[in-house]
Amino acid sequence: MPDYLEIDRLSKQFSTHGRAACKDVSFAVGQKQFVALIGPSGCGKSTLLHIIAGLSAPSAGQVRLKGETVTSPRPEIMYVFQQYTKSIFPWKTVLENVCLGIKYRQRAPRKKIEEIGHQQLKVVGLAPYADYYPYQLSGGMQQRVAIARALARRPEILLMDEPFSALDAMMRVELQDMLLWLWQDFGLTILFVTHDLDEALYVAQRVIMLSASPGRIAEIVDVPLPYPRNQVQTRRDPVYLELRGQLYDLMVKQVMAGRAEVA
Amino acid sequence: MKSNPILRWFTTTRGSGVILIVLLLCFWQFSALYLMDTPTWPPVTRIFAAWFENIADGTLIVHLLATLWRQMLGYWLAVVLGIGLGLAIGYYRFAYNLLEPLIELFRPIPGPAYLPVLVLFVGIGNEMKVVLILVASLFPILLNTYSGVRSIDPVQFDTARTLGLTTFQTLREVVLPAASPQILTGMRISLAISLILAILSEMIVSNDGLGYFTLLAERTFKVPDMYAGIFTLVIFGYSLNRLFLLCEAQLIRWHQESSGRHET
Repeated sequence: MPDYLEIDRLSKQFSTHGRAACKDVSFAVGQKQFVALIGPSGCGKSTLLHIIAGLSAPSAGQVRLKGETVTSPRPEIMYVFQQYTKSIFPWKTVLENVCLGIKYRQRAPRKKIEEIGHQQLKVVGLAPYADYYPYQLSGGMQQRVAIARALARRPEILLMDEPFSALDAMMRVELQDMLLWLWQDFGLTILFVTHDLDEALYVAQRVIMLSASPGRIAEIVDVPLPYPRNQVQTRRDPVYLELRGQLYDLMVKQVMAGRAEVA
Repeated sequence: MKSNPILRWFTTTRGSGVILIVLLLCFWQFSALYLMDTPTWPPVTRIFAAWFENIADGTLIVHLLATLWRQMLGYWLAVVLGIGLGLAIGYYRFAYNLLEPLIELFRPIPGPAYLPVLVLFVGIGNEMKVVLILVASLFPILLNTYSGVRSIDPVQFDTARTLGLTTFQTLREVVLPAASPQILTGMRISLAISLILAILSEMIVSNDGLGYFTLLAERTFKVPDMYAGIFTLVIFGYSLNRLFLLCEAQLIRWHQESSGRHET
């Protein structure tokens, strides 16, 4: 019985400068798990996520979803980009953005498509903003639009590339909590890339730490904290603090090792 | 700060510019009547009279429509061809490699330089003028389209791919709108160029159009008619540009309203 999502000895080398972005990365994600990928900047986290999404090809190794190799973007997998100002198309209204991914797929009348779109906006709390243009919304609202657009396609897996890193602290906290209940409500499998240790520990069931470039797996840690999590209580739970200390030391080590390699 | 309402009107609106134009026309009138008594400098009132006459008997309308027709035909053919080719060159790397050097070679040639060649091949009829307008208007649209497409952020292409859009759907939903501000810039440049070449070709060889009317008036010493022709061109060119800006504002309001804000 193969794992749900398998990342098997994945390596990526950029031909232009011959440097490896990641090397021999293997891990598996079970269905409905929430896994965070964390590591120092430049460790190839985003590259890895791109490959898993089928947006770029690995130099070696493969990604398997339910036993099938992923070579191009698949409808079960949706990607939420860090750069929401670009990923949310500024020439489309909020509703048009949300409906774009289902407009062509389903043989449903326009009315039905828009209904799904409205419903999805309600889920992320943007119901009154359907006819707004993205530039009229705050950053946090724009990233909600991106999440609503991904969910409209009824994906099984959400790949998120530092989705909240460009948001202010209040917004980020709010979206973390929203994401957690969406994850449970929709039965999603989430792979969440971040450079923020606290964010990774707060949202995920398992944290995978990558080493500095080329990115390899440095540590895999289970986070045995109960859901629903709470921004205050969870963050002062002794287990949380213990893990945080442990991962922090590891992170520092990775960064130092990365610097030593450059020097 | 308290300020005089008249002074404020002068500094905040373009009313002063309109007053300047009226003053210049008054000076023209005065100088033609009392300073320069020559047929080449008729008073504005006589020009307006000639203008009115030529509009009333339909002459100027016929010529205006002839110009408008050939200009629009050449221009819109250039728009269709320019955007179509530009999308292909911007989207497909091989099309870019194949055609970009050729375009760079042809681009610096001033539009009128095509005229003698076209006369040899297409003759001196309306086809020649339309083709001339087409060729000269093509390059600004073509260049702006493909540079607009090439500057689209990779994240937007990746987004289209994860949303499962096909190539055609991506062109329609992402590429065309993303490049539209630049495409419209090219179209505005070409609109002015198309009028220049329409008038030029009518002046060189034609039997209708505003260029023909204006030059003929000069050659037959109907100087007020000549100025009436030029005044018509002023109004025509100005209206075309205003109309274009109006349409542009409707089409890319998202861009104009959001570009005031800094994007990350």
